[in-house]
Amino acid sequence: MYYLFFIIKNLGRKKARTILTILSILIAFLLFGLLRSLSVAFDSGAEIAGEDRLITINKVTLIQPLPFSYLNKVRALEGVENVTLANWFGGYYQEKKNAFPQFPVDADTYFDIYQEMYSLPAEQMAAWKGDRVGVVVGRALAQKFNWKVGDRIPLVGMFAQKNGSTSWEFVIRGIFDAKEKRADTSMMFMHYDYFDKARQFGEGTLGWLIIKVKNPAQADQVASAIDGLFANSFSETKTSSEKDFAKSFAKQFADIGLITTLILSAVFFTMLLVAGNTMAQSFRERIPEVAILKTLGFSDAMVMFLVLAEAFVVVLCGGAAGLAVAAKVIAVLSDKFAANLPGLHFSMAILLDGLMAMLLLGLLTGIIPAIQGLRLNIIAALRRR
Amino acid sequence: MSDARQDPIADNEVLVELKSIAKTYKKGKEVVPVLANLNLTIKRGDFLALMGPSGSGKTTLLNLLGGLDSPTSGELIINGERLDKYSGSQLTQWRARNVGFIFQFYNLMPVLTAEKNVELPLLLTNLTSKERKLHVAAALELVGLADRAKHYPKELSGGQEQRVAIARALVSDPNLLLCDEPTGDLDRITADEILALMQELNREQQKTIVMVTHDPRAADHARKIIHLDKGALVKDSIGAGGHSKKSVTTGG
Repeated sequence: MYYLFFIIKNLGRKKARTILTILSILIAFLLFGLLRSLSVAFDSGAEIAGEDRLITINKVTLIQPLPFSYLNKVRALEGVENVTLANWFGGYYQEKKNAFPQFPVDADTYFDIYQEMYSLPAEQMAAWKGDRVGVVVGRALAQKFNWKVGDRIPLVGMFAQKNGSTSWEFVIRGIFDAKEKRADTSMMFMHYDYFDKARQFGEGTLGWLIIKVKNPAQADQVASAIDGLFANSFSETKTSSEKDFAKSFAKQFADIGLITTLILSAVFFTMLLVAGNTMAQSFRERIPEVAILKTLGFSDAMVMFLVLAEAFVVVLCGGAAGLAVAAKVIAVLSDKFAANLPGLHFSMAILLDGLMAMLLLGLLTGIIPAIQGLRLNIIAALRRR
Repeated sequence: MSDARQDPIADNEVLVELKSIAKTYKKGKEVVPVLANLNLTIKRGDFLALMGPSGSGKTTLLNLLGGLDSPTSGELIINGERLDKYSGSQLTQWRARNVGFIFQFYNLMPVLTAEKNVELPLLLTNLTSKERKLHVAAALELVGLADRAKHYPKELSGGQEQRVAIARALVSDPNLLLCDEPTGDLDRITADEILALMQELNREQQKTIVMVTHDPRAADHARKIIHLDKGALVKDSIGAGGHSKKSVTTGG
């Protein structure tokens, strides 16, 4: 307790300087908490994706379609437990700013493959299957637009209907919930059959296949078998795990992870200079006092510990406060953006990363004055008095 | 070094023994001798004043006695331990157990109260917090500052600060008190009070004290006065402290 008291008293000598340093560290860790949470949210599709699911897309690009016939060919492959399809719809509700993900899917198989992620009441599933223009929407999406089962939803789609109109109308037949906290419920699923027959162009093609393998350990072999099956065909395929697919999909918008890393690197480097300079200055002002401690019999290691501990206290105060504020902000934002960024939350992993960053920053800012303290010559230092 | 009939500590054991001590410093390529072939014994319970002109080697000798520096050659034995053989970390441990330092400018920690300053050396012992507090109270009582325990150095007079520094030097009950111009920053009256306190510590508590000073009046409070010049012992004499006893007063 004495040492903690001593350290805090020393930090209180120049209150303004200490407070400003702590505030700047607070801002750095606030940014850390926010940006890391954002990065994880963008990557959360990848995190929750199971290794037992594969995604097959056109080798050229995701937006190039695949022939519908591929569905049954893949289903027939050894090691494939189930396969379903999906396509991009790309519509919006009333205004362009109300865009959200919509996918034409196969109602019979899609929810089978994602049964551990989503739940849809059986009667709603039956109602959906019985209605060609029926759709199911996620809970977050329904809450965002105050939709309920039975509502008619007009959408303006990316695809034109055979009559040339891009206006589509659907009826909500069910609302699905997430079984996992981070599973996205901001989506809408419609019937692929209806969509395929109704669209003006591209009939008989699909966007991508989702394959559930019997044995995750053989996922690589199954992926190779699928791509091998369509090698040298007009539409060659690229099959990857759903995790890799989600990551590369997120990277289409921007490499959020890289951007986050670059920003945080710049912030922490600046912080290293600011806090490091403060600690060095604080130490220089107290060289005779450090010499007295050594004169009294405090060992080099103890002096080094005291100087380092000061740096750690400053960084931990600022860092803990910064992460606490970030957690609060993220809690507010995660409610606000539940539909668009369902994975946005302040996780334990981010907290632990933050703690590691604090320890590293404390060590780096304190190590130079600590070594100076270690090497301090008592006689020379006392002469400075 | 002195007449045994007049010296009440003549029969005491030898605490400090310097045999052919030399100390040189390197200044660039030049080797500067500071102490040369110095022989000295100090008995337990003695009060020694070191005098001499600037550059005579007084502070260097004090630093050697305090384990802050090591001799270039010769034997330095304190309380039976060969300090000249000790490494830096061994000297650090030795200082914590054996020496109390009193400086001209007090050198208290400005952010700590008087009692916290006095407690500092006790952190290096195995005493519990409660035991430390008892020792601190006793040390502050001894220097007459029990009522200033909660005061910060800036709230004390120079004399009171020096008393706190003396309490800090005493609190771990060291074998040797080393004082570097302890009254150099004080007015005459306060200086006399501090010197009287040191005399009392020497006589009543049997503390062995070595004091560096330029001031003959301060030196006169010691039992013995040793004169150094150009790193060599040139003269020793008996101080008034060897004969008279002065009363100790408290306060700044």
